[in-house]
Amino acid sequence: MIGRRTAIGFATLAVLVLLWFALTTWTGIVSAGRFPSPADFWFSLVQITTRGYAGGELLTHALHSLALVVVGFLVAVTTGVPLGLWMGWSRRAEAAINPVFLIIRPIPPLAWIPLAILWLGLGDAAKIMVIWFAAFVPSVINSFSGVRTIERPIIEAARMLGTPRWRFVTEILVPAAAPMIFTGLRLSLQAAWTTLVAAELVGALVGLGLVLNMAQQDIYPGMILVGMLAVGVLGFVTTWLLGGVERRALAWNMAARN
Amino acid sequence: MIDRPLTLRETMTHGLIGLGLFLAVWTFLSVSGYVPRQFLPTPLDVIARFIQLLTNPFAGATLPQHLLSSLQRYLCGMLLAAIVGIPLGLLMGWFRLLDDIVSPIFEGLRFIAPIAWVPFAALWFGTGIGGPVMIIFAGAFPPCLINTYRGARFVDPQLIEASQMLGTGHLRTIVEVLLPASVPSIVAGLRVAAGLGWQSLVGAELIVAAAGVGFMMVQAQANVSTPTVMAGMVAIGIAGMLIDVLLRYGETLIRRRRGLEA
Repeated sequence: MIGRRTAIGFATLAVLVLLWFALTTWTGIVSAGRFPSPADFWFSLVQITTRGYAGGELLTHALHSLALVVVGFLVAVTTGVPLGLWMGWSRRAEAAINPVFLIIRPIPPLAWIPLAILWLGLGDAAKIMVIWFAAFVPSVINSFSGVRTIERPIIEAARMLGTPRWRFVTEILVPAAAPMIFTGLRLSLQAAWTTLVAAELVGALVGLGLVLNMAQQDIYPGMILVGMLAVGVLGFVTTWLLGGVERRALAWNMAARN
Repeated sequence: MIDRPLTLRETMTHGLIGLGLFLAVWTFLSVSGYVPRQFLPTPLDVIARFIQLLTNPFAGATLPQHLLSSLQRYLCGMLLAAIVGIPLGLLMGWFRLLDDIVSPIFEGLRFIAPIAWVPFAALWFGTGIGGPVMIIFAGAFPPCLINTYRGARFVDPQLIEASQMLGTGHLRTIVEVLLPASVPSIVAGLRVAAGLGWQSLVGAELIVAAAGVGFMMVQAQANVSTPTVMAGMVAIGIAGMLIDVLLRYGETLIRRRRGLEA
């Protein structure tokens, strides 16, 4: 027996698909130049998967975008999380880094794109740079708050028992801050996708953003929809994978939360 | 281990050292020629360019004019997001059926980055005002909707029961019970929306626009004028910060009036 919510969800989906057919193919209320009919969409999908579009097949574009997001995200996380933890742990580090951070933080990640292109051109390096900047900030902030919300008695108990520094970091600081760190990672991942798509729309040699850009210039609604769906699917898959990692890493904490 | 809090003086000195170090390294890199000054102007160069742009036009307008046209679009997009998002959120919080219908669609669309709507936005509404406004809407709408919905959903059931006992109709319950009770949550959502909308605006202007700060930055990038690009970043940062300060002030005001905060 499926739930009421799922049933209504499927019904909605069915109605939407019917509506799509009705508005485009059957009546033509929405003209083909504005939104693709299901047939147009299918044609575009077949075209890009078999013959390619914007200099490559869908898989090439998608894998390229995915690889950039993953690399940029990993670079941001491996630099951002330790920095955030350090700022949370040492008041001196916080006091020294905070002012610089306050200057850089109000600049939206997307505003770095022209500078990145100026410095590094249209290739992969510029994309990784902007993704790094975009995903860095949420990682730092949340790791920082994660450390600051650790309950005082836990820290004092560890201190009283003479826990060595390194063990303190690996066994108390990181695990206790982990739920917040993962919140930061989720935000970072989202920021990484947004920034990559924007950067590729501004200028790219390969990637889903390039597909969108070319489709826009060719006034090719079917391909625009294909590009958007590809972005959405990849965003969903990466978020889902990160969720899986989180569940595994925080298994000890889940019982307490529920 | 986590240290004791620093005194104000210690915080100040550390802050100044950190900031000084940052600016010194930056200046050194560009003055020494390790990085060509054309690509990394000194902080002073950026400030000078910023001041110059206040009166000298670049890409067809001065910086304040670009900023003004950006803000116009921004206000339109934000208003639209609030006008659609808040009522829809309230209705979804009240009518279960609507919630069940809209939520899955919304959940599906959420994974598409707002900026990916740019091609359709340009196709449907052009690159003048309409296109960018739609992108701002795409960025700012989700937090407006989600926060209002959460606020309406978690209203104290006693309030609802009391109003139902008194025979209040659907519309009046929504307007006079759900709406006021969810104001704190709505305002918090608006703040998030303001940040995301501002970011979307910058993205939209980088890609499709004929005016605005983002457009200015793209033109500067094409002309290899790094100081102009950086001055644009400064302007965007300052404007974004002012918007946030303004909304935060509004938030405190509302919270105070409701006695949630001293």
